[in-house]
Amino acid sequence: MIESRGARIGLRLAAALTLGFIYLPLAVILLYAFSASRIQSWPIESFTTDWFARAFENQGARQALLTSIQAGLGATAIALVLGSAASFAVHRHRFFGREVISFLVILPIALPGIVTAIALNGTFTQFLDIDLGVGTIIVGHATFCIVLVYNNVIARLRRTSASLEEASMDLGADAFQTFRYVTLPVIRTALIAGGLLAFALSFDEVIVTNLTAGQDFTLPVWILRSLSRPNQAPIVNAVAVVAVLLSVVPVYIAQRLAGGETTRTGGAATR
Amino acid sequence: MSAPASSASLPRRISTWLHRHPRAQLGLLLSGPVGWLLIAYLGSLAALMVASIWQLDPFTAEIVREPSVGNFRTLVTQKAYLDITLRTVAIALLVTLTDALLAFPIAYYMSRVAAPRTRSLLVVGILMPLWASYLVKVYVWRTILGNEGLVNWALSPFGLRIPATGDTADLFRVWLVFSYLWLPYMILPIYAGLERIPNSLLEASGDLGAKALTTFRRVVLPLVLPAVVAGSIFTFSLTLGDYITPSLVSNSQFIGNAIFRDMGVANNLPLAAAFATVPVAIMIVYLLVARRMGAFEAL
Repeated sequence: MIESRGARIGLRLAAALTLGFIYLPLAVILLYAFSASRIQSWPIESFTTDWFARAFENQGARQALLTSIQAGLGATAIALVLGSAASFAVHRHRFFGREVISFLVILPIALPGIVTAIALNGTFTQFLDIDLGVGTIIVGHATFCIVLVYNNVIARLRRTSASLEEASMDLGADAFQTFRYVTLPVIRTALIAGGLLAFALSFDEVIVTNLTAGQDFTLPVWILRSLSRPNQAPIVNAVAVVAVLLSVVPVYIAQRLAGGETTRTGGAATR
Repeated sequence: MSAPASSASLPRRISTWLHRHPRAQLGLLLSGPVGWLLIAYLGSLAALMVASIWQLDPFTAEIVREPSVGNFRTLVTQKAYLDITLRTVAIALLVTLTDALLAFPIAYYMSRVAAPRTRSLLVVGILMPLWASYLVKVYVWRTILGNEGLVNWALSPFGLRIPATGDTADLFRVWLVFSYLWLPYMILPIYAGLERIPNSLLEASGDLGAKALTTFRRVVLPLVLPAVVAGSIFTFSLTLGDYITPSLVSNSQFIGNAIFRDMGVANNLPLAAAFATVPVAIMIVYLLVARRMGAFEAL
């Protein structure tokens, strides 16, 4: 340990302050969601739980939640299939352009969001003449969710010895039995973790979704459109708290399932 | 030995065939993901490039599908676009620098000071806000920084307040909110980078007579630099591509909301597409430099 006592106290203090900065807005929205006033001013005078009931009754918010879940499930399903297929291909085979694959899957989140957004919007509306809606949301979300499944599964495959599958084949199992009884149990938690992260990203995404949603608003798109109506603010606050909770829970479970894998490989940072 | 050939079932015949033809197996595995990304993603980007050489007829507001360099001429000749680009790159650099400075102490604490239990709690504690509703965080900051918000309330005893309008206040809000939003993206790679430095290197440096600060400057910083660059890819790219934050907390124009305005409000897809080549070009240069600095291994 090279850090002096003073340095360690300083570092601890800095860490606490940074964490406080990160959590301050989340604490503030939680308080505002219970504020009795229709006007968003600080300090908050009195508290109520009414807005949650009102938010629950709000047709637009309920419809948006359903759309978000639909889009999340659709995008996650596609990302699970395509992401794990890509990770198996890269892990098991040596081929020309192998390094390009990991670059290709990361590209949709590495390029600026507005570019992806207008590229998809322009393609759907100008070139393909497709009506925007849940279907086009899913296409966009699946595209940038693939990397989350890919990163999680390939990290697990790299830590797993190939001799397990060879032993299964030697004992007479065919490729499908080996996959069903050996490979799948090994990668199962990585698949679930990747799928949960994909769902969380889909549930949260708004930069691209805002331009691929048409009239089918997801929850973030609904919040965004509601911001221009100030009298909706208290209901938006309650919906915002629910949105934060719903996006954090899958991430927490994914983190528990994947252990250190996601953070080490950047699977979590490369969202 | 495996089952005799006479009783070979269909799954077994398929798997034997696949085993003998690894190229076919590879083709089956790759066709889905690569096909999807080529068609849905690179295809859309290619379509965007095609649209960038189209024109919007100013009188009929129809898109004229004939190649022309008119949009790019607009971008080069109108000073507003140059200003927007410079302002965006400046704020992206400033946000990246801010985040690197803010991220370092907590990342260092997590990797080298905190007990293992605290460390894993902190990783989760930083990971979860990273995923917690981007839009909600921007929206809360808009409220916090608003006229009646927390910040002006806290400043009021000193007779200070953040003006609702004006370039300086706009830039300050955009800088603060972007720095807040992307901070976890910087903390996590730096933490991982610091964790990879073996203790023996630091001890060796100390044994050779270096003081703590010298060790930090000559050993820790060079080793962790690729991780900082890896984190900066996110802080930089996310800032370039965001149109929601600038429009919610400022009246200022940045690349993101300028493209969104041309596209959504003016309905001028060709001009928006042409301007979109600017952040793509900036990011390609950035990624190439980052790769040279070894950032891809630290992702």
